[in-house]
Amino acid sequence: MDRFVWTSGLLEINETLVIQQRGVRIYDGEEKIKFDAGTLLLSTHRLIWRDQKNHECCMAILLSQIVFIEEQAAGIGKSAKIVVHLHPPPSNKEPGPFQSSKNSYIKLSFKEHGQIEFYRRLSEEMTQRRWENMPVSQSLQTNRGPQPGRIRAVGIVGIERKLEEKRKETDKNISEAFEDLSKLMVKAKEMVELSKSIANKIKDKQGDITEDETIRFKSYLLSMGIANPVTRETYGSGTQYHMQLAKQLAGILQGPLEERGGIMSLTEVYCLVNRARGMELLSPEDLVNACKMLEALKLPLRLRVFDSGVMVIELQSHKEEEMVASALETVSEKGSLTSEEFAKLVGMSVLLAKERLLLAEKMGHLCRDDSVEGLRFYPNLFMTQS
Amino acid sequence: MAMSFEWPWQYRFPPFFTLQPNVDTRQKQLAAWCSLVLSFCRLHKQSSMTVMEAQESPLFNNVKLQRKLPVESIQVVLEELRKKGNLEWLDKNKSSFLIMWRRPEEWGKLIYQWVSRSGQNNSVFTLYELTNGEDTEDEALQPCPAHHSRWAKLEASSESKLPD
Repeated sequence: MDRFVWTSGLLEINETLVIQQRGVRIYDGEEKIKFDAGTLLLSTHRLIWRDQKNHECCMAILLSQIVFIEEQAAGIGKSAKIVVHLHPPPSNKEPGPFQSSKNSYIKLSFKEHGQIEFYRRLSEEMTQRRWENMPVSQSLQTNRGPQPGRIRAVGIVGIERKLEEKRKETDKNISEAFEDLSKLMVKAKEMVELSKSIANKIKDKQGDITEDETIRFKSYLLSMGIANPVTRETYGSGTQYHMQLAKQLAGILQGPLEERGGIMSLTEVYCLVNRARGMELLSPEDLVNACKMLEALKLPLRLRVFDSGVMVIELQSHKEEEMVASALETVSEKGSLTSEEFAKLVGMSVLLAKERLLLAEKMGHLCRDDSVEGLRFYPNLFMTQS
Repeated sequence: MAMSFEWPWQYRFPPFFTLQPNVDTRQKQLAAWCSLVLSFCRLHKQSSMTVMEAQESPLFNNVKLQRKLPVESIQVVLEELRKKGNLEWLDKNKSSFLIMWRRPEEWGKLIYQWVSRSGQNNSVFTLYELTNGEDTEDEALQPCPAHHSRWAKLEASSESKLPD
């Protein structure tokens, strides 16, 4: 009984079904075992038994493992049987219902008859040995007896086949998962085609870009978050969105600006605005683009970029140059100041304090002392003193 | 003649030792440096110097104030002096230089004036007499190092036919 191996019951290519019979019970030698009601199938290569109640329980024996068969006539209360004598199992036999058995034969009991025909066909197959002429995948073929080299190959090949199946399964799963992506790529391809055609038209300066194409193109770009690229740099243009946003900002920032002496760095603005919004946060890009439009829209704030690159928002009414004069006074009072000291005195952020001092230097009111002690600003005595 | 050197107000002003980024401010700063260098060298009778010496000299290194002019800025000052005609490099590497607190043509003029005044046109003088003679003692000609005189005489002679 230990010659049986578990199988899916599916026939291989080149393997054909010869006959099948329901109601067959298997005996291990003379002993009854749990496999009491199944369908027995004979193929050109194997003898397969499938449990009638549990179709997943399915096992097989290779015909090449059969030494000989004999009939056993029915008796009173006993069904007709076929006795199948078997070769010893190969050392690398695949798993089956029994690990070991003291018997080297099994009995097939035909409780629903059909034994005569089955026996006839089985004998025929044994004689013809069609399995030798029609090779199926190697794991089905075993040897008569143990032959070390070949047996090993069979086992490994079996494992390889399993791995191959697993890989195919994984592949299938992945392709299913990426179905959406391939749909996206189809769309992207359309867009690429469109932009190529527009680019070519622009390059050749031939043919008008149709209204329709322009609209489609713009809508693609907007959906990706790019404002109209042609006019991105110029103030006063830009999408409706940025214009609306600019107006909104003017409203939000009026109060905070006045509190902070009329000037705020753009990073402070970004934090303030996003904190206030809570949801639908602004991207830095959107903020900058909106701020660029403030002056053009004649709103009471404006964006200002210092030489150092620092960007600030100031009230229109705020005159940084005037603040410089007061900065000079403060510095003169104290003799000299660093940006940090100045910031603390005036109650400004260090960043803005530094910008103010630098502006004062640029205007010639202050001069600098740069040493290991740090950067200090002094009133510009070079100019004021002879 | 040895007078204690009076440092100008800038010498005690820390920003003096930082090259100013503002162009107008820098102009004033460099002008002050140039005149300081010249008066310093004149007093100390120093007509030549190496850049290394300059860095450590009290001229560019105010120990009390704890400020020194960085070497790149010293180079800028020296270049200004050269442009004005008060400095000449003694070597290709610009490691040592000649300081002329009076430019050659200024010397030339002075010599000519002195010579005219003492009515000694068309006589021959040695260099030594010019620089160390009694007649010239109190005159501005006095602290005139030899090689300056050479220059000066060339200038003077080109101006008014003084024989060499």
